[in-house]
Amino acid sequence: MPELNLTSAPAHLRHGSNIGQPLTRRDGVLKVKGQATYAADNHPPGMLFAVMAVSSIARGRVTSLDVAAAKRHPGVIDVMTPDHKPELAIDPEIKTNPFVFRMEVLQSNEVRYANQPIAVVIAETLEAATEGAALLAPHYETLPALIGLDAGESFVPPVVGVGNPTENHRGDVEAELASAEKRIDAVYETPPQYHNAMEPHAIVAAWNGDNLQIDMPTQGLMLSLARVAELFGIAHDKIHIRSPFLGGGFGSKGLMAGPPVLGIMAAKLVGKPVKLVLRREQMYGPVGHRAPTRQRLRIGTDGEGRLTALEHHARTVSSTFDDFYEPAADASHTLYAAPAIRTSHDAVRVNTGTPLFMRAPGEATGSIALESAIDEMAWACGVDPLAFRLKNYAEVEPITGKPFSSKALRACYEQGAARFGWAKRPLQPRQMRDDAGLLVGWGMGTATFPALMFQAEARAVLRRDGSGAMEIGAHDMGQGAWTALAQIAADELGLDIDRVEFKAGSSDLPDAGIAGGSAHTATAGAAIHSAGAAVIAKLADLATSDEKSPLFGAGNAGVIGRDGRLIRRDDESRGESYSEILARAGVAEIEARGTGAPNPAAMEEYAMHAHGAVFAEVKVDPELGQVRVTRMVGAFAAGRIVNPRMVQSQLFGGMIWGLSFALHEEAITDRRTGRIMNANLGEYHIPVNADVPPLDVITVDEHDPHVNALGIKGVGEIGITGSAGAVANAVWHATGVRVRRFPIRIEELLT
Amino acid sequence: MKQFDYVRPATVAEAVAAAAQPGAVYLAAGTNLLDLMKGGVSRPDRLVDVTHLDGLDQIERLADGGVRIGALVSNADLAHDADFAKAYPAVAEALLSGASAQLRNAATVGGNLLQRTRCAYFYDTASRCNKREVGSGCDARDGENRTHAVLGWSENCIATHPSDFCVPLVALDAIVEIEGRSGRREIALDDLHRLPGDTPERESALEPGDLIVAVRLPPAARGFAAHARYLKVRDRTSYAFAVVSAAAALRIENGKIAEARLALGGVAAKPWRARAAEDMLRDVPPTVDAFQEAASRALADAKPSGDNAFKIELARRIVVRALSLAAAGTPVRIPALPASPFASMSGAIHARA
Repeated sequence: MPELNLTSAPAHLRHGSNIGQPLTRRDGVLKVKGQATYAADNHPPGMLFAVMAVSSIARGRVTSLDVAAAKRHPGVIDVMTPDHKPELAIDPEIKTNPFVFRMEVLQSNEVRYANQPIAVVIAETLEAATEGAALLAPHYETLPALIGLDAGESFVPPVVGVGNPTENHRGDVEAELASAEKRIDAVYETPPQYHNAMEPHAIVAAWNGDNLQIDMPTQGLMLSLARVAELFGIAHDKIHIRSPFLGGGFGSKGLMAGPPVLGIMAAKLVGKPVKLVLRREQMYGPVGHRAPTRQRLRIGTDGEGRLTALEHHARTVSSTFDDFYEPAADASHTLYAAPAIRTSHDAVRVNTGTPLFMRAPGEATGSIALESAIDEMAWACGVDPLAFRLKNYAEVEPITGKPFSSKALRACYEQGAARFGWAKRPLQPRQMRDDAGLLVGWGMGTATFPALMFQAEARAVLRRDGSGAMEIGAHDMGQGAWTALAQIAADELGLDIDRVEFKAGSSDLPDAGIAGGSAHTATAGAAIHSAGAAVIAKLADLATSDEKSPLFGAGNAGVIGRDGRLIRRDDESRGESYSEILARAGVAEIEARGTGAPNPAAMEEYAMHAHGAVFAEVKVDPELGQVRVTRMVGAFAAGRIVNPRMVQSQLFGGMIWGLSFALHEEAITDRRTGRIMNANLGEYHIPVNADVPPLDVITVDEHDPHVNALGIKGVGEIGITGSAGAVANAVWHATGVRVRRFPIRIEELLT
Repeated sequence: MKQFDYVRPATVAEAVAAAAQPGAVYLAAGTNLLDLMKGGVSRPDRLVDVTHLDGLDQIERLADGGVRIGALVSNADLAHDADFAKAYPAVAEALLSGASAQLRNAATVGGNLLQRTRCAYFYDTASRCNKREVGSGCDARDGENRTHAVLGWSENCIATHPSDFCVPLVALDAIVEIEGRSGRREIALDDLHRLPGDTPERESALEPGDLIVAVRLPPAARGFAAHARYLKVRDRTSYAFAVVSAAAALRIENGKIAEARLALGGVAAKPWRARAAEDMLRDVPPTVDAFQEAASRALADAKPSGDNAFKIELARRIVVRALSLAAAGTPVRIPALPASPFASMSGAIHARA
């Protein structure tokens, strides 16, 4: 990344140290000036434009395409169809591992969902390719589409999420429910939602012989590379993927999807570099989404408002041809202590693109249902919702009985409630009005997300000129990896951040794993930590075994790398600079590699989760039903905070997404055709500035010695959990109307 | 996209001649047309760019006390014209409640009048739509139609006109000046948009080549300045089309309503003037009871076209609120959230239930 090298990182960005400092985004100026190169900004010489034609039916078969008409259009070079395409090395229907999803890359005429790619037109200009795609005028043999949560026979999937058991239980839920003092039984529905990253999926692919150069946003460089290698039958070292910046991913750019593969195929077909960018509406199909759910919660308590039973069942959908099951009910595993817990899932198959991870998959959908149900249960018991949650605080993970590696949720509740002013909340709904007569309601939700770790590797370098480098194929989706990981690198190398060349976002760097599961900073950070320690150890070997060094013989006492110097641990006045050590050794640089990985022993012993508490205030027009969130406070405990500024932004984003989940987002699906009728950012509503209130984020101190070497839990997804329920509960508290179908709409509140 | 001719006429007469050809359409800011073209919904052969025509971007105070707004005045320029906003506050408030700041900066007065419906089935070229393809059918009728029409619809079309701007304009008896092949003529804005009936593809009274050159507000429109509001309920606080909206304007003399104007948005294929309600409000005191009666008259003929019965009750409530707000008096400044229920309601006379 030439854009982010030693000289272009302004020194004034440094606030005195590295980890823990609120450095501004190191790539911020590039982005503001339009100089950050996103995939679609690349234009290799001779590049052509590819445009997908997509299906307007959800189920059936393409019977004809007017390829001749498309080819007659000026500027059109070729039309890729099931009958005219480069052969792949393996059948894309074969799942070579659980992280491989089936994709539609013109392997047949079958249509399995609306917006499925059915042809690709390649032309000299984007306009010509677009018109060529329109001229294909497909004809179809249409079959009745399977649509919605009641389509066809339901079944119990073998696993949900990423290999989670479909069912879990502890204790006897039915017996506890039967003997419960108070019970609720409620059904909640959440709609299909689409990731809608601002940057659409895009690829620029260029073949040079059997070498393949790819520019493409990806949250998993090496997973993508491996998938491309097996699909095209080429060696890993023949492929280079650059992904320095992503304009948002949210899970949709985690695994290789069909459209970028089509871009590579198109480039192969025409023998020239090809760019393929999805139109906004084409993102509603082949690149994943959050599946709809219908969740039933049955909860029982004793006479003191203590939970005795918690049952959470989720119905969801997958596609007709592959398996991903939103693990919504799993949200009930970790938060509330109950002697009997049962979670289960079932599913139906519908004509949709395969659902996928979307920011807090399972946790987000499950959280809004669970937090609504807990609120309903608290009301049924006549107990304040915060007091109810405290009464049912889980001291150990309820479903497993394991202790938590750390859990500062009580502090989150306390600090969040204090900041919000929760103590003044009336128990009864529809009690508060503002000066203008608007109904005012206060609601809360508990946030939780597992602290995950994947595997990563990094390479560290120390140079004679006093600089250093850290290389890792990490991914910046906007979350701030360029900044936060560089901060970790600087600390691990014992250098000022201005002296560290931090390289990321390219597949020729060490594998950083996947930027997902809120685990990227922890995982990549652990690899950087190891690599840094390894290279410092090498440098220490040079110095402590060199008679000319003031550190000679300090091996037993140990040395510390700090500010570009190695110093004796037991006598900090004795030391010398990295430059001096390397110069005397006559080497230009030394390097070392390190890895980061989960610790199975710790995982076996502890339950590892981040937690939080979100408090929301809404106002509702009493006659007109329009809702506006006017305040939100979120207090989160997520282990070590590498960069408070980036973390705050991540949590803001999550809280806004939670607001969006409760009040706005829904892919409106035509009940007859399965087409999505609001596949654009004008009509697929997300909050606009006027919908977003002042947000207040508190990060609660939490030291976790077990999750990983750096004590990082991750903040990418937790913000959406808790927040959605807090807003929904606030709407109830304002109006007295409990809406159980999300998003909450005006008509539900016209009482 | 489909290739098309692009012409930039020097005069209005040249423009009319160029646009009278089959397959030709006018291009102003293109905030709607270009999206339609990108989506393959509209596939014109020729764009006649009128943005360089002289003399169409003026706001003129007329000697008779009216105002004449050139068709190329931008929504933002009009809304932010202090004299205009003072004289026609509900129009300014409606303009500022529409779209986004970026779109308002680009979009023009003439284009706003002629924007197409936001019916998803009109935009989805795989769906049947009688507007888009004559006689093909209406997939909205049994489709996802929560936001569709509750007044003036037919079995052939249940789409709504999405404009905010047109709602107070039609309430204030705006006149549209049109240049056509046979010269200049003018019609009431209320006669510009057509209800679907059996010909939903015919959306306006315009003939081929007709160019809207100006919108005029008659002298009487100024008389409502002290009591005029626009209220718009939507699914998010900004950048959303109205679920239902209303413009209410009153002339209050000696504690009674001398004259009322009321129009609804988001309920029909045209901005919906509620004359029966206006008549009922003449010479009565501005009370909530009177407004409720007016609301029930305004919606007397309403019927759901699908999953949208709620819009009828919502419209009644919006009418009562908009009239109440108007009666309370036009605020000195347009609220920070124009036309929103979350604009300050202090001073409103509606009951705090």
